[in-house]
Amino acid sequence: MDSFTVHTGTAVPLRASNIDTDQIIPAKYLKRITRHGYEDALFAAWRSDPDFVLNDPARAGATILVAGPDFGTGSSREHAVWALQDYGFSVVISARFADIFRGNSGKGGLLTAVVDQSVIDELWAATEADPTTEITVDLEARSVTMGELVAPFEIDDYVRWRLLEGLDDVGITLQSADLVADFERARPAFSPRTA
Amino acid sequence: MGQTLAEKVWDAHVVRSAPGEPDLLYIDLHLIHEVTSPQAFDGLRAAGRPVRRPDLTLATEDHNVPTIDIDKPIADPVSRAQVEALRANAAEFGVPIYSLGSSEQGIVHVVGPQLGLTQPGMTIVCGDSHTSTHGAFGALAFGIGTSEVEHVLATQTLPLKPFKTMAITVEGALPEGVTAKDLILAVIARIGTGGGQGYVLEYRGEAIRALSMEARMTICNMSIEAGARAGMIAPDETTFAYIEGRERAPEGALWAEAVSYWRSLTTDDDAQFDAEVIIDATELTPFVTWGTNPGQGVPLSATVPAPEDFADPSDQAAARKALEYMGLEAGTPMRDVAVDTVFLGSCTNGRIEDLRAAADILRGHRVADGVRMLVVPGSVRVRLAAMAEGLDRVFVDAGAEWREAGCSMCLGMNPDTLAPRERSASTSNRNFEGRQGPGGRTHLVSPQVAAATAVRGTLSSPADLV
Repeated sequence: MDSFTVHTGTAVPLRASNIDTDQIIPAKYLKRITRHGYEDALFAAWRSDPDFVLNDPARAGATILVAGPDFGTGSSREHAVWALQDYGFSVVISARFADIFRGNSGKGGLLTAVVDQSVIDELWAATEADPTTEITVDLEARSVTMGELVAPFEIDDYVRWRLLEGLDDVGITLQSADLVADFERARPAFSPRTA
Repeated sequence: MGQTLAEKVWDAHVVRSAPGEPDLLYIDLHLIHEVTSPQAFDGLRAAGRPVRRPDLTLATEDHNVPTIDIDKPIADPVSRAQVEALRANAAEFGVPIYSLGSSEQGIVHVVGPQLGLTQPGMTIVCGDSHTSTHGAFGALAFGIGTSEVEHVLATQTLPLKPFKTMAITVEGALPEGVTAKDLILAVIARIGTGGGQGYVLEYRGEAIRALSMEARMTICNMSIEAGARAGMIAPDETTFAYIEGRERAPEGALWAEAVSYWRSLTTDDDAQFDAEVIIDATELTPFVTWGTNPGQGVPLSATVPAPEDFADPSDQAAARKALEYMGLEAGTPMRDVAVDTVFLGSCTNGRIEDLRAAADILRGHRVADGVRMLVVPGSVRVRLAAMAEGLDRVFVDAGAEWREAGCSMCLGMNPDTLAPRERSASTSNRNFEGRQGPGGRTHLVSPQVAAATAVRGTLSSPADLV
């Protein structure tokens, strides 16, 4: 995983709350067995609407999604994170994320920045008025900056460290293999097995 | 200070704990299916890693599988490739698998409990948000993403920050005709789709203790629809009676040892929850959804709400959008909403008790003209048990379609879907836009309401049939 420090880009303002993972990527796209190539699937149902913000040519190349609260509710599909990344997003900013989606984002290197809804409102207003407005997200400083606006964002310390270092969880855990083996030896004899 | 049930199970699984880092938690059971696992196995292959504990891992095919003509190859080549990838990965890594055609195949969350694999005090994960179902046994069970699936396959552990705890205390007894589904839909409407975020919900109180295991699974299953990581119910005699004698349950001295441990898995009297919600069971009535998230629900006796009924501007906007998508007018009695399709099944309501409840209502009635009813057992075992009781005849005689086991119309990944603008009464768990097929409109209901709705053609409760 690439490390994440500071990112600057233009934004897509998405004025909707409770955007569930079925909206981010409908189930029919989950049949693929690859890890990449989901850019066509992102918000697939909404993209048939010419007025959908992602279809605005002025939003081409945007890398930051600014969404309403409770983004990523519903299914555990990590494809939602992959679709956002494949489309070109590096950061999603929202006042509240669903837990599993946020966890998946951290694993895949998509930064989810939690800010107050009042900050979201400012980001929406400015980026709707001028699509070339740039936002800077600084993971080291935990800040979202847009012109004069500087707002702190919330992210778990450990997730932040992993993203900054670009570390792979499995590699970290395997360093504790001996502890896992010790734990296994002490498991109750009645614990079930599948085979 | 005492501990909650969730904290006890958590503490019993901590492999490593260090300040400022997540706990490393041991995973007792890892269930996998075809949709969220292929990229995880690819990751193992790329790194040259084995599956650490194939004997604590179980695969089944459910999301993609057709529910008719299962003796023929899966028609959709992309679905077929995904199912074949699971079979190849299971063979390569030595993971037991119940494939389409096996007598043990079914929805992953129906299969685990019916084998007796799901037991109190366990940690259970699956790349599927409805893993919360298994919490009905007092297990800590939650959905994970594909990166975490790979992590569990490689290490049998997960690094996790402790969850907060919330008590959902349901006082009093549920009135006659009010089900677990009605209860959980009412809970979600009360706390909202984000109300449980970061929490493990523990359902407690008189009404919960009175429920069967199937009903408890229905409740824990939908914890995720309130945003919660997991739902749990402390194990009791009902739990032990359900598990005893199943294939993977302990026997003899081990059974006694297990039950003795399981009895300790209750929240201590002096334990503190981070939050508590109290529900009066006696006030509940059959509950249905009108909108496009599971929190947008009302009693069946109510009318479709208006956006102005909501105080919060974002709730108003969400209601406006939902009404447009659902093609509903505010003020319409829910009972006047006509459906095209009724779906009985899913990991929420696809167990034998659910089929019995619906069959009891359908006996002697016909599915209304112009309405299609699909009955999809949650597993092959449920299907065979239902046939042994003659329930399949009840459904077929009433004009319903009796199908093979799978996720079916719960999500649009297999041939069972709604057409655009088609409306369903569905016993599944999500009424999101397009969930049952692009443009499809979903009302979440209990099995009893589903059956009565099939007969009348409009959203109905069994009481409307007499």
